[in-house]
Amino acid sequence: MEYKNKTLFLEGDVTKFTTTDLLAEFSRIKISEIEFIDLQSVKSIDSAGVAFIDEIKLKLKDFSPKLINVAEDINASIETFSAEKMPEPEPAEKANIFVMLGASLYNWLDNFRDAMYLSADIAYWSFIGIFDRKGQRKGSVIQQSLLIGVDALGIIGLLSLVLGLILALQSAAQLRQFGANIFVADLIAISMVREMGPMMTAIIVAGRSGSAIASEIATMKVTEEIDALKMMAINPIRYIVVPKFHAITICMPLLVTMATILGILGGLIVGITYLDLSVVSFYTQVINVLTLKDILIGLSKSVFFAWVIVIIGSYYGFKVTGGAEGVGKATTLSVVASIFAVIVLDALFSLVFLI
Amino acid sequence: MREPIIKVENLVAKYDDKVILDGVSVEFYPQEVTVILGGSGCGKTTLIKNILRLFEPAGGSVTIFGKEITTMDEVEFDKILEKIGMLFQNGALLNSVSIFDNVSIPLEQHTNLPDEIIAKIIEVKLNLVNLGHAIRLFPSELSGGMKKRAALARAIALDPPLLFCDEPSAGLDPLTSASLDELLLKLKNQLKMTIIIVTHELASIHRIADRIIFLDNGRVLFQGTLQEAKVSGVPEITTFFEVGKFD
Repeated sequence: MEYKNKTLFLEGDVTKFTTTDLLAEFSRIKISEIEFIDLQSVKSIDSAGVAFIDEIKLKLKDFSPKLINVAEDINASIETFSAEKMPEPEPAEKANIFVMLGASLYNWLDNFRDAMYLSADIAYWSFIGIFDRKGQRKGSVIQQSLLIGVDALGIIGLLSLVLGLILALQSAAQLRQFGANIFVADLIAISMVREMGPMMTAIIVAGRSGSAIASEIATMKVTEEIDALKMMAINPIRYIVVPKFHAITICMPLLVTMATILGILGGLIVGITYLDLSVVSFYTQVINVLTLKDILIGLSKSVFFAWVIVIIGSYYGFKVTGGAEGVGKATTLSVVASIFAVIVLDALFSLVFLI
Repeated sequence: MREPIIKVENLVAKYDDKVILDGVSVEFYPQEVTVILGGSGCGKTTLIKNILRLFEPAGGSVTIFGKEITTMDEVEFDKILEKIGMLFQNGALLNSVSIFDNVSIPLEQHTNLPDEIIAKIIEVKLNLVNLGHAIRLFPSELSGGMKKRAALARAIALDPPLLFCDEPSAGLDPLTSASLDELLLKLKNQLKMTIIIVTHELASIHRIADRIIFLDNGRVLFQGTLQEAKVSGVPEITTFFEVGKFD
């Protein structure tokens, strides 16, 4: 590149391999006045080269330089790739904070209404589905029970045992100071039965099955499987969601029962090994401290958690738009929303049962 | 004068505020293959999805088998849908179940037939589309063409008098495409089906179309026979057939 007599001379290859160097070189040249850009010595040019010429013409627009000595093939490339003749993009509308707030509130209300409609639909068809299996595939409740319940036994069991161990270990250190070792059994039993058992199980099920429900339905929607069901006069909620709803309603209390027992077992292990408690004394203490009310609260909570997980998973699944990206987003949102809803619901339960 | 099996009057379809179909009025006649064609994004698929209420129309009326369906309740519309088969562009087979189970869905849901009769019907329908060997396979184990044929078997499981096909030949090699066309003609001639097809494939149009409906920018430019279309003098149609001409 050379600049003399009000003319900028370009030479050689002006392509994606040279454009960066040419731009750097251009910024070093001191241009006082320019009338022409001479392309006589340019051997080849590609879209990056044309973009470079557009760019320098833009920088030198005060002088309105003209291209001269342009060979036919070079001119053809410039004609094809130049952005100069492209229509100006429409300016983006300026964001107004009040409009944005209004739109997001409206959107939120819209989503909430849709979620309520879906919940009502799921509740209605799940109730009907107990008596009338039409609209469901044979064996689908058993299949879903295996996926939601049986397949989750290992992870929920292991985590609950570890949770029991942790809770017991953390409290044991404090209780030992007062010689109140035996009360570790009370603490573990009450917390596992009323709170940790149902909530931990719900969180794991939300992560495992809630995400699976959302991604399955979302994928079915983007691949038109939902539309195909509608075209066969089959209600997608009855066919897809109701079996999951029934399965999770059966499995969740069973999973919570197992989680609670294993959590208490974790406490027992700490009690025996660290607090010098006997199996009999620990067992007697657990039986004495637990009431039927505690057990019923834990189990009834688990059923509500289960329903919330299915409804939220289904909602995000049916709401999906776009392709693979939409499916991923729906899955993530469903897990986050389910866990949030489970914890909020648990807090509400605690409040209600406290009163 | 023949009564149309489907009558669409002043149909308006929108995505958000964007008008996709702007007052479309078309008729489909029994035991004919009607091809809906036009450039990409002209509203072909939207038209059939609105006719079938997969999207709710923003205006206009649609009459199927003599009944207005836009104001019909869901239970009543389901009765209409039981007489309609639909082949989606990508097949839309349920991926979690086998081909056998896919074809069995409409039969199990809408008939009281015993399992052994259902199994026989499935076998016959899959053989009709040359997929007898794939009966126990899953959709993920099939090629694109096989998926479409399996979806066609599912669409005709209940012997519907009306069949919709959304781009049945798209992405298929010429031989598979020709055999699919042959099958559609067989369904029309032997089972007296009315078939409505959305396609761009000129070869396919020449093989099977009794009538064509040409859409452009959400409006009907032409409806009539293929021969009438070619001499219609409508520039868009002439260009469509000229540009896509094959020897």
